[in-house]
Amino acid sequence: MLTLYHYLSLSALLFCIGIFGVLTRRNAIGILMAIELLFNAVNINFVAFARFINPQGLTGQVFTIFIITVAAAEAAVGLAIIILIYRQHKGVEVDKVNIMKW
Amino acid sequence: MELSLENGTQTAIFYILSGLIVGSAFMVVSLKNIFHSALFLVLCFFSVAGIYILLSAEFVAAVQVLIYVGAITVLLIFAIMLTAQLYSPSIRQSNEQVIPGLIIVGALLIVTLSVLRRTSWRISTQGIEGQSTVSIGKSLLTTYVLPFEVVSLVLIAALIGAIIIARKE
Repeated sequence: MLTLYHYLSLSALLFCIGIFGVLTRRNAIGILMAIELLFNAVNINFVAFARFINPQGLTGQVFTIFIITVAAAEAAVGLAIIILIYRQHKGVEVDKVNIMKW
Repeated sequence: MELSLENGTQTAIFYILSGLIVGSAFMVVSLKNIFHSALFLVLCFFSVAGIYILLSAEFVAAVQVLIYVGAITVLLIFAIMLTAQLYSPSIRQSNEQVIPGLIIVGALLIVTLSVLRRTSWRISTQGIEGQSTVSIGKSLLTTYVLPFEVVSLVLIAALIGAIIIARKE
Protein backbone atom coordinates (compact mmCIF):
# COMPACT_ATOMS: atom_id res chain seq x y z
CA MET A 1 0.00 0.00 0.00
CA LEU A 2 1.51 3.30 -1.07
CA THR A 3 1.28 6.08 1.50
CA LEU A 4 2.07 9.77 1.48
CA TYR A 5 5.40 8.96 3.11
CA HIS A 6 6.59 7.05 0.01
CA TYR A 7 6.01 10.02 -2.27
CA LEU A 8 7.47 12.55 0.16
CA SER A 9 10.61 10.40 0.58
CA LEU A 10 11.03 10.16 -3.19
CA SER A 11 10.65 13.92 -3.44
CA ALA A 12 13.18 14.50 -0.63
CA LEU A 13 15.68 12.21 -2.36
CA LEU A 14 15.23 14.00 -5.69
CA PHE A 15 15.56 17.39 -3.96
CA CYS A 16 18.83 16.34 -2.30
CA ILE A 17 20.28 15.12 -5.61
CA GLY A 18 19.32 18.45 -7.16
CA ILE A 19 20.97 20.40 -4.32
CA PHE A 20 24.11 18.33 -4.81
CA GLY A 21 24.10 19.27 -8.50
CA VAL A 22 23.68 22.97 -7.73
CA LEU A 23 26.54 22.84 -5.22
CA THR A 24 29.04 20.92 -7.34
CA ARG A 25 28.49 21.78 -11.02
CA ARG A 26 30.83 24.29 -12.66
CA ASN A 27 28.86 24.57 -15.87
CA ALA A 28 26.00 27.07 -15.61
CA ILE A 29 23.77 24.93 -17.84
CA GLY A 30 24.39 22.00 -15.46
CA ILE A 31 23.26 24.20 -12.57
CA LEU A 32 20.08 25.09 -14.47
CA MET A 33 19.38 21.38 -15.04
CA ALA A 34 19.83 20.69 -11.32
CA ILE A 35 17.38 23.53 -10.58
CA GLU A 36 14.84 21.83 -12.86
CA LEU A 37 15.31 18.69 -10.73
CA LEU A 38 14.48 20.78 -7.64
CA PHE A 39 11.30 22.06 -9.31
CA ASN A 40 10.27 18.49 -10.09
CA ALA A 41 10.80 17.41 -6.48
CA VAL A 42 8.57 20.25 -5.28
CA ASN A 43 5.93 19.38 -7.87
CA ILE A 44 5.84 15.74 -6.73
CA ASN A 45 5.25 17.04 -3.21
CA PHE A 46 2.35 19.26 -4.29
CA VAL A 47 0.63 16.56 -6.34
CA ALA A 48 1.05 14.00 -3.54
CA PHE A 49 -0.49 16.43 -1.02
CA ALA A 50 -3.34 17.12 -3.44
CA ARG A 51 -3.97 13.38 -3.69
CA PHE A 52 -3.69 12.46 0.00
CA ILE A 53 -4.64 15.53 2.07
CA ASN A 54 -7.20 17.44 0.00
CA PRO A 55 -8.47 15.31 -2.90
CA GLN A 56 -11.64 17.38 -3.35
CA GLY A 57 -10.04 20.77 -3.86
CA LEU A 58 -7.18 19.89 -6.23
CA THR A 59 -5.35 23.05 -5.12
CA GLY A 60 -2.01 21.25 -5.30
CA GLN A 61 -2.46 20.29 -8.93
CA VAL A 62 -3.41 23.85 -9.94
CA PHE A 63 -0.38 25.18 -8.06
CA THR A 64 1.83 22.64 -9.86
CA ILE A 65 0.69 23.98 -13.21
CA PHE A 66 1.62 27.52 -12.15
CA ILE A 67 5.03 26.28 -10.97
CA ILE A 68 5.67 24.55 -14.31
CA THR A 69 4.81 27.78 -16.15
CA VAL A 70 7.14 29.87 -14.03
CA ALA A 71 9.85 27.22 -14.46
CA ALA A 72 9.53 27.58 -18.24
CA ALA A 73 9.94 31.36 -17.96
CA GLU A 74 12.93 30.90 -15.64
CA ALA A 75 14.63 28.48 -18.04
CA ALA A 76 14.17 30.85 -20.98
CA VAL A 77 15.62 33.88 -19.17
CA GLY A 78 18.41 31.82 -17.58
CA LEU A 79 19.53 30.32 -20.86
CA ALA A 80 19.48 33.75 -22.54
CA ILE A 81 21.76 35.07 -19.79
CA ILE A 82 24.04 32.03 -20.17
CA ILE A 83 24.35 32.61 -23.92
CA LEU A 84 25.22 36.25 -23.25
CA ILE A 85 27.87 35.19 -20.71
CA TYR A 86 29.26 32.75 -23.26
CA ARG A 87 29.65 35.54 -25.81
CA GLN A 88 31.57 37.70 -23.34
CA HIS A 89 33.74 35.07 -21.66
CA LYS A 90 33.97 32.22 -24.20
CA GLY A 91 32.92 29.87 -21.41
CA VAL A 92 30.14 29.38 -18.88
CA GLU A 93 32.07 28.09 -15.85
CA VAL A 94 30.45 29.89 -12.95
CA ASP A 95 33.69 30.17 -10.97
CA LYS A 96 35.24 32.17 -13.83
CA VAL A 97 32.37 34.64 -14.09
CA ASN A 98 33.27 37.15 -11.40
CA ILE A 99 33.04 40.53 -13.10
CA MET A 100 30.62 41.77 -10.41
CA LYS A 101 33.07 40.91 -7.65
CA TRP A 102 36.01 43.15 -6.67
CA MET B 1 -10.52 9.16 -11.39
CA GLU B 2 -8.73 6.54 -9.37
CA LEU B 3 -6.37 4.12 -11.04
CA SER B 4 -7.93 0.65 -11.26
CA LEU B 5 -4.77 -1.23 -10.38
CA GLU B 6 -4.15 -3.58 -7.52
CA ASN B 7 -2.07 -2.35 -4.61
CA GLY B 8 0.80 -4.69 -5.38
CA THR B 9 1.01 -3.56 -9.00
CA GLN B 10 0.90 0.10 -7.96
CA THR B 11 3.70 -0.44 -5.46
CA ALA B 12 5.83 -2.22 -8.06
CA ILE B 13 5.27 0.57 -10.59
CA PHE B 14 6.12 3.16 -7.93
CA TYR B 15 9.43 1.49 -7.09
CA ILE B 16 10.39 1.08 -10.76
CA LEU B 17 9.61 4.74 -11.47
CA SER B 18 11.45 5.85 -8.31
CA GLY B 19 14.51 3.87 -9.34
CA LEU B 20 14.41 5.48 -12.78
CA ILE B 21 13.98 8.99 -11.29
CA VAL B 22 16.74 8.68 -8.71
CA GLY B 23 19.15 6.94 -11.08
CA SER B 24 18.67 9.37 -13.95
CA ALA B 25 18.77 12.39 -11.59
CA PHE B 26 22.09 11.11 -10.24
CA MET B 27 23.37 10.80 -13.80
CA VAL B 28 22.22 14.38 -14.51
CA VAL B 29 24.30 15.81 -11.68
CA SER B 30 27.34 13.55 -12.05
CA LEU B 31 28.02 12.87 -15.75
CA LYS B 32 31.00 14.60 -17.32
CA ASN B 33 29.38 15.14 -20.69
CA ILE B 34 26.72 17.82 -20.20
CA PHE B 35 24.86 16.71 -23.33
CA HIS B 36 24.35 13.21 -21.89
CA SER B 37 23.11 14.89 -18.69
CA ALA B 38 20.41 16.65 -20.71
CA LEU B 39 19.30 13.33 -22.22
CA PHE B 40 19.08 11.73 -18.77
CA LEU B 41 17.05 14.76 -17.68
CA VAL B 42 14.45 13.78 -20.32
CA LEU B 43 14.25 10.28 -18.81
CA CYS B 44 13.83 11.79 -15.34
CA PHE B 45 10.99 14.10 -16.49
CA PHE B 46 9.18 11.20 -18.16
CA SER B 47 9.38 9.10 -14.99
CA VAL B 48 8.04 12.01 -12.93
CA ALA B 49 5.10 12.18 -15.36
CA GLY B 50 4.53 8.49 -14.59
CA ILE B 51 4.46 9.31 -10.87
CA TYR B 52 1.79 11.96 -11.56
CA ILE B 53 -0.35 9.39 -13.36
CA LEU B 54 0.09 7.06 -10.39
CA LEU B 55 -1.22 9.91 -8.21
CA SER B 56 -4.25 10.21 -10.58
CA ALA B 57 -3.17 13.64 -11.83
CA GLU B 58 -3.36 12.98 -15.54
CA PHE B 59 -3.58 16.62 -16.61
CA VAL B 60 -0.43 17.53 -14.68
CA ALA B 61 1.31 14.55 -16.29
CA ALA B 62 0.35 15.80 -19.76
CA VAL B 63 1.55 19.32 -18.91
CA GLN B 64 4.81 17.85 -17.58
CA VAL B 65 5.46 15.99 -20.85
CA LEU B 66 4.49 19.00 -22.99
CA ILE B 67 6.40 21.72 -21.11
CA TYR B 68 9.32 19.94 -19.46
CA VAL B 69 10.09 17.23 -22.02
CA GLY B 70 8.93 19.22 -25.01
CA ALA B 71 10.03 22.78 -24.30
CA ILE B 72 12.55 23.06 -21.49
CA THR B 73 14.86 20.23 -22.55
CA VAL B 74 14.84 21.48 -26.14
CA LEU B 75 15.85 24.92 -24.82
CA LEU B 76 18.60 23.32 -22.71
CA ILE B 77 19.95 21.28 -25.63
CA PHE B 78 19.88 24.42 -27.80
CA ALA B 79 21.95 26.25 -25.20
CA ILE B 80 24.39 23.35 -24.94
CA MET B 81 24.80 23.34 -28.72
CA LEU B 82 25.27 27.11 -28.88
CA THR B 83 28.00 26.98 -26.23
CA ALA B 84 29.75 24.37 -28.30
CA GLN B 85 33.15 23.52 -26.84
CA LEU B 86 31.68 23.10 -23.38
CA TYR B 87 30.64 19.53 -23.72
CA SER B 88 34.12 18.29 -24.48
CA PRO B 89 35.05 15.80 -21.73
CA SER B 90 38.37 17.55 -21.12
CA ILE B 91 36.79 20.46 -19.25
CA ARG B 92 36.37 19.74 -15.56
CA GLN B 93 32.64 19.74 -14.81
CA SER B 94 32.53 19.68 -11.02
CA ASN B 95 34.25 22.02 -8.59
CA GLU B 96 36.24 21.11 -5.48
CA GLN B 97 33.16 21.06 -3.23
CA VAL B 98 32.13 17.45 -3.95
CA ILE B 99 32.99 16.04 -0.50
CA PRO B 100 31.47 18.94 1.56
CA GLY B 101 28.48 18.88 -0.79
CA LEU B 102 27.95 15.17 -0.16
CA ILE B 103 28.13 15.69 3.61
CA ILE B 104 25.66 18.61 3.54
CA VAL B 105 23.24 16.80 1.24
CA GLY B 106 23.41 13.61 3.32
CA ALA B 107 22.66 15.56 6.51
CA LEU B 108 19.75 17.33 4.80
CA LEU B 109 18.35 14.01 3.59
CA ILE B 110 18.58 12.38 7.02
CA VAL B 111 16.92 15.35 8.75
CA THR B 112 14.14 15.57 6.14
CA LEU B 113 13.37 11.85 6.21
CA SER B 114 13.26 11.71 10.00
CA VAL B 115 10.96 14.75 10.14
CA LEU B 116 8.68 13.18 7.52
CA ARG B 117 8.65 9.94 9.49
CA ARG B 118 7.63 11.66 12.71
CA THR B 119 4.95 14.00 11.34
CA SER B 120 1.39 12.70 11.49
CA TRP B 121 -0.43 13.93 8.40
CA ARG B 122 -4.18 14.40 8.31
CA ILE B 123 -4.76 11.89 5.55
CA SER B 124 -8.11 12.23 3.82
CA THR B 125 -9.94 8.98 3.27
CA GLN B 126 -11.68 10.14 0.11
CA GLY B 127 -10.29 9.63 -3.34
CA ILE B 128 -10.30 12.01 -6.28
CA GLU B 129 -13.77 12.03 -7.78
CA GLY B 130 -14.45 12.36 -11.49
CA GLN B 131 -11.84 13.55 -13.92
CA SER B 132 -9.30 15.94 -12.45
CA THR B 133 -8.86 17.65 -15.83
CA VAL B 134 -12.45 18.91 -15.73
CA SER B 135 -12.18 20.32 -12.22
CA ILE B 136 -8.77 21.86 -12.89
CA GLY B 137 -10.13 23.60 -15.98
CA LYS B 138 -13.11 24.92 -14.04
CA SER B 139 -11.08 26.20 -11.11
CA LEU B 140 -8.47 27.80 -13.41
CA LEU B 141 -11.19 29.97 -14.93
CA THR B 142 -13.14 30.70 -11.74
CA THR B 143 -11.21 30.63 -8.46
CA TYR B 144 -7.74 31.06 -9.91
CA VAL B 145 -8.54 33.31 -12.86
CA LEU B 146 -6.43 36.22 -11.54
CA PRO B 147 -3.24 34.14 -10.97
CA PHE B 148 -3.89 32.50 -14.33
CA GLU B 149 -3.85 35.85 -16.14
CA VAL B 150 -0.90 37.12 -14.11
CA VAL B 151 1.16 34.04 -14.91
CA SER B 152 0.48 34.47 -18.62
CA LEU B 153 1.75 38.06 -18.35
CA VAL B 154 4.83 36.83 -16.46
CA LEU B 155 5.49 34.25 -19.16
CA ILE B 156 5.26 36.70 -22.06
CA ALA B 157 7.38 39.29 -20.24
CA ALA B 158 10.03 36.66 -19.51
CA LEU B 159 10.09 35.40 -23.11
CA ILE B 160 10.36 38.92 -24.58
CA GLY B 161 13.07 39.65 -22.02
CA ALA B 162 14.93 36.50 -23.04
CA ILE B 163 14.87 37.51 -26.70
CA ILE B 164 16.09 41.02 -25.90
CA ILE B 165 18.87 39.75 -23.62
CA ALA B 166 20.16 37.17 -26.11
CA ARG B 167 19.91 39.44 -29.16
CA LYS B 168 23.14 40.51 -30.87
CA GLU B 169 23.76 44.24 -30.62
